Amino acid sequence: MSDATLDSKGGAGPAVADDPKRRAAFDARVAAEGKVEPRDWMPEQYRKTLIRQISQHAHSEYVGMLPEGNWVTRAPTLRRKAVLLAKIQDEAGHALYLYGAAETMGVSRAEMLDALHEGKAKYSSIFNYPTLTWADVAAIGWLVDGAAIVNQVALQRCSYGPYARAMVRICKEESFHQRQGYEAMMALAQGSPDQKKMAQDSLNRWWWPSLMMFGPSDRDSPHSAQNMAWKIKRESNDDLRQRFVDMTVPQADYLGLTMPDPDLKWNEERGHYDFGEIDWDEFWRVVKGNGVCNRERLQARRDAHDKGAWVREAAVAHAEKRAARSLAQAAE
Amino acid sequence: MASSDWPLWEVFVRSRAGLNHKHCGSLHAPDAEMAIQNARDVYTRRGEGVSIWVVKSSEITAADPDDKDQLYDPADTKVYRHPTFYTVPDEVDHL
Repeated sequence: MSDATLDSKGGAGPAVADDPKRRAAFDARVAAEGKVEPRDWMPEQYRKTLIRQISQHAHSEYVGMLPEGNWVTRAPTLRRKAVLLAKIQDEAGHALYLYGAAETMGVSRAEMLDALHEGKAKYSSIFNYPTLTWADVAAIGWLVDGAAIVNQVALQRCSYGPYARAMVRICKEESFHQRQGYEAMMALAQGSPDQKKMAQDSLNRWWWPSLMMFGPSDRDSPHSAQNMAWKIKRESNDDLRQRFVDMTVPQADYLGLTMPDPDLKWNEERGHYDFGEIDWDEFWRVVKGNGVCNRERLQARRDAHDKGAWVREAAVAHAEKRAARSLAQAAE
Repeated sequence: MASSDWPLWEVFVRSRAGLNHKHCGSLHAPDAEMAIQNARDVYTRRGEGVSIWVVKSSEITAADPDDKDQLYDPADTKVYRHPTFYTVPDEVDHL
């Protein structure tokens, strides 16, 4: 999340052909839990993978403001509204930390945003689902942030220093996101029959997409082995998904809500919950751009960027005016 | 200056009086004053600090990581720079 130009003389320069000796030293260091910092030599593939992963993560935080933003003006109480605004502001900050971490790899934020706006970059598919009711805001906090935390806690031990540090800060801030979501869900689940119905309906719609947040099954994750060896990825998709299921089912039980999965049951022998098969067709359909909101989300981001251009221009004009004034004062 | 050319600033935050400013991250801003305003919003939303410094990243000179061995390894053999190197009697206090 920092040190961005500090690497301008080192690793982030033009691609250096992979050198077997340096590669071996790098692999050994990473295997021994050594951290990699921006100016250190690193294999091109390591850099490429991390740029892709960190920028996708940043885009997810950035686009993730939209589904919740949909409910700011309609939050049921002033307290919920203040909380929601604080959460959305955090997401913007998280995007910033992550764009900063990616920048240390030698890619500019403008390039990353262009890739997003041109539809070339991916972000988490979960944000391509609509927030139809207030309960969806609660479900996002509880389930989506809950799943994100499981994933991000593991990434705090990522071998790349700036990414790991961004994760530490993000995890610290995000624990309130999950708790406020659960609290809001609890208010509905313990409310009137209609409110409880709304909570259950929302859980029905968000449960499976939340499980999909952990990515394809390990059987279909071709890059995993190298990424695990480089400690870019610390735990497998399926292991993290299982952890999320085990953690969340008792939370739903407490709320008196039912998971929309007839195959879900405790497996005494494994010490884990068994759960049904994810609809992978739906997963790939949304990843490939054909979810309910893919086009709308991207257009909203492009519009925000275009309509915010005058703010960026005004900031530059202000900075230039101020610089000219202090120059004139110095000359007096 | 296009917005994409906004310089990068490194942000240092003093968490409370008596402690040093500590590097906590970076951000882009058109000038130092706006960098401080943005840093306040980004890095001190939960009482993390009482003072902020910003410095243009391009103004920082950093040591080359490739020189790490020759710069820092010589200290490894100079163990006599540490108090634990010396043998002193147990019965003598305040050493």
